[in-house]
Amino acid sequence: MDYKEKEENRKTGAIKKNNVVTRRRVLKSLAGVPVLAAFSAAVIGDWGARKEKAGALVKELGLDQIPASARATGSGNAKDLIRVGIIGFGSRAIALANGLGYMHPDDTRKKKGKSLENWMEQANLNVAVTAICEVFDLRAKLGMETVQHDLRPGGGKQPDLPVKRVADYREMLDDKKIDAVVIATPDHWHARMTIDAIQAGKHVYCEKCISRTEEELYQVYDTVRGSDRIYQQGHQITKNRVFQQAGEIINRGLLGSISLVETTSNRNSASGAWIRHLDGNGNPLPGSPGTIDWKQWLGPTPYVPFSIDRYYNWTKWFNYGTGLLGQLFSHEFDAVNQLLRIGIPGKAFASGGIYFWKDNREIPDLLQVAYQYPDQGLSLTYSGNLASSYQRSRKIMGRDATMELGASLTLSVDAGSARYKDLIERGVIDPNVPMINLDPSSEGVDAVSSATEQYYASRGLTHTFIDGIRVDVTHLHLAEWLDCIRNGGVPAANIERSFEEGVAIQMAQKSYLEGREVTWDADRKKIV
Amino acid sequence: MRFRNGGYSGAEMLVLAMLRFAVGWHLLYEGIVKITDPGWTSANFLRESKWILSGFSEWILSDDGILHAVDLLNSWGLTAIGAGLVLGLFTRVVSLSGAFLLLLYYLNSPPLTGLVYSVTADGNNLIVNRTLIEAICLVLLAVFPSGRFLGMDSLFSRKKATVMEVS
Repeated sequence: MDYKEKEENRKTGAIKKNNVVTRRRVLKSLAGVPVLAAFSAAVIGDWGARKEKAGALVKELGLDQIPASARATGSGNAKDLIRVGIIGFGSRAIALANGLGYMHPDDTRKKKGKSLENWMEQANLNVAVTAICEVFDLRAKLGMETVQHDLRPGGGKQPDLPVKRVADYREMLDDKKIDAVVIATPDHWHARMTIDAIQAGKHVYCEKCISRTEEELYQVYDTVRGSDRIYQQGHQITKNRVFQQAGEIINRGLLGSISLVETTSNRNSASGAWIRHLDGNGNPLPGSPGTIDWKQWLGPTPYVPFSIDRYYNWTKWFNYGTGLLGQLFSHEFDAVNQLLRIGIPGKAFASGGIYFWKDNREIPDLLQVAYQYPDQGLSLTYSGNLASSYQRSRKIMGRDATMELGASLTLSVDAGSARYKDLIERGVIDPNVPMINLDPSSEGVDAVSSATEQYYASRGLTHTFIDGIRVDVTHLHLAEWLDCIRNGGVPAANIERSFEEGVAIQMAQKSYLEGREVTWDADRKKIV
Repeated sequence: MRFRNGGYSGAEMLVLAMLRFAVGWHLLYEGIVKITDPGWTSANFLRESKWILSGFSEWILSDDGILHAVDLLNSWGLTAIGAGLVLGLFTRVVSLSGAFLLLLYYLNSPPLTGLVYSVTADGNNLIVNRTLIEAICLVLLAVFPSGRFLGMDSLFSRKKATVMEVS
């Protein structure tokens, strides 16, 4: 074929059969196809190999089969409607209201895109908040606006009952139509309110810590134990999928005998150290004796003149709580106790002090506690620090493996393990590389904003992922409580777990204040 | 030979095509991994953004919708660019788009003195890194569009090919 002929072919665009040059052109135009075929083969081979490797161990251990962390389901039946009163409407109550299916209009406007979508997919728990008790007018207004907002998640028919603000929580308890109360006040009110509510026949969801003092602790315990009402403490970690996988790993004995559990709190911000009475520009937040019922706020504690510092930063004083122990260690203890069921410690020794946040506080900003469980051959330690946010993981250390558990889970085999000796020698397991690494958060975009919120997220306390959807664990925890109210059953953070934790906290508190080791006298049911 | 390949020698053609296949392969795989990983998001990369594009990255991160759009553009863009390069289809357009995309990546985290990243880079880089080199390679592939002679562009670019062949 000569040049003219080729030109002709090009001009007409004709691809003639038996035309050598044109055929060559077609072949050349498809030069990338074999490369693409090789690429596809490589990718498919690579996926197969990777899937096998990553999935093998998790599958073998059945960790992919753990069913729990199901999406919560409400009850659409109108007769199952549960009427709820919320006592205290501070920042924690906002999260609880969100979990129950209420959000303030401003927050729904601020939440955009996926986070609002996720919330809207939350189950309709078939509850109606019909009363709010709050001593501060501003927060009461916020609460009323929140529960009166008609944008509700979960679809279905939403109850639309009137909501009242009550000045005193006892008014709420007198209301026979109210089935249950959610208590989210400062800690010095928890025990009193729980006792009164249970005695008034209400089911109780109470935030940690169960009580401020040892005496109150026994009173709450006896009251709840002696009643058929459902009590759930605000420890939502059991609803985290990764926590359930951790439970499975422990139940299968993969860690071997466990002798040491290390827990920590790591924060390094004013807010994290409970200095929260100033806005971003350093001006005091709203609140005055005219807008806050100070006498009621103080409740059973000794009278002091109104103080905006005390109102917002109450955790700093022993009169209103147990500091790091009640606010942060309580979550750590619950996580460990739910997994290992270690119960009440035999002995405790706590030490620490006010080392960095030298304001008017009474509570230590650094606290170390060593708990002994002589019968179980186990020690639990806690190290709380408010002046460094270096992340120290929660570690459960066994002879065969150590588990680090937070928002994700890592299991590392011990080089000295007898159980895995063969596998280590055969090179199947490398003790220097975690054997299992479960990170449910990689399934979605994280959107935790503040340092304090990030701290809670890192401990697995804010959300979990179910089928790739981010679900609020507090919502799941509330759902469990409501489910037990409707259908019977015992919720995870029941009074026994709550009491064990309360005793552990009181032991550390006593030890810190008295500067000595304390012992739990199981016979007399008393800390000595 | 020179005539047939529009002015390139056989060796030149072969090297150009190899470069095109290699860069195409890489970008195609990057794209496909991102499409098939349901948890993948550009958010982690954007959070690391330093230097002149950090404000732009923050803007993307500020809204779930924008972030989602950027994720889609990234994963499908990389896949399309990679496939185009391998097949020699729309070579010039995909080369330049690829160069632009890679330059964006580079400008978000350039290895400049004083900028520290939490994710350790592969190897040691100062100002020039592999992303920049790959971007320049794509510019090279746009300037020497081998797809017209060894790739599917030859089916569409008769006229230009003719001109080049005649000249």
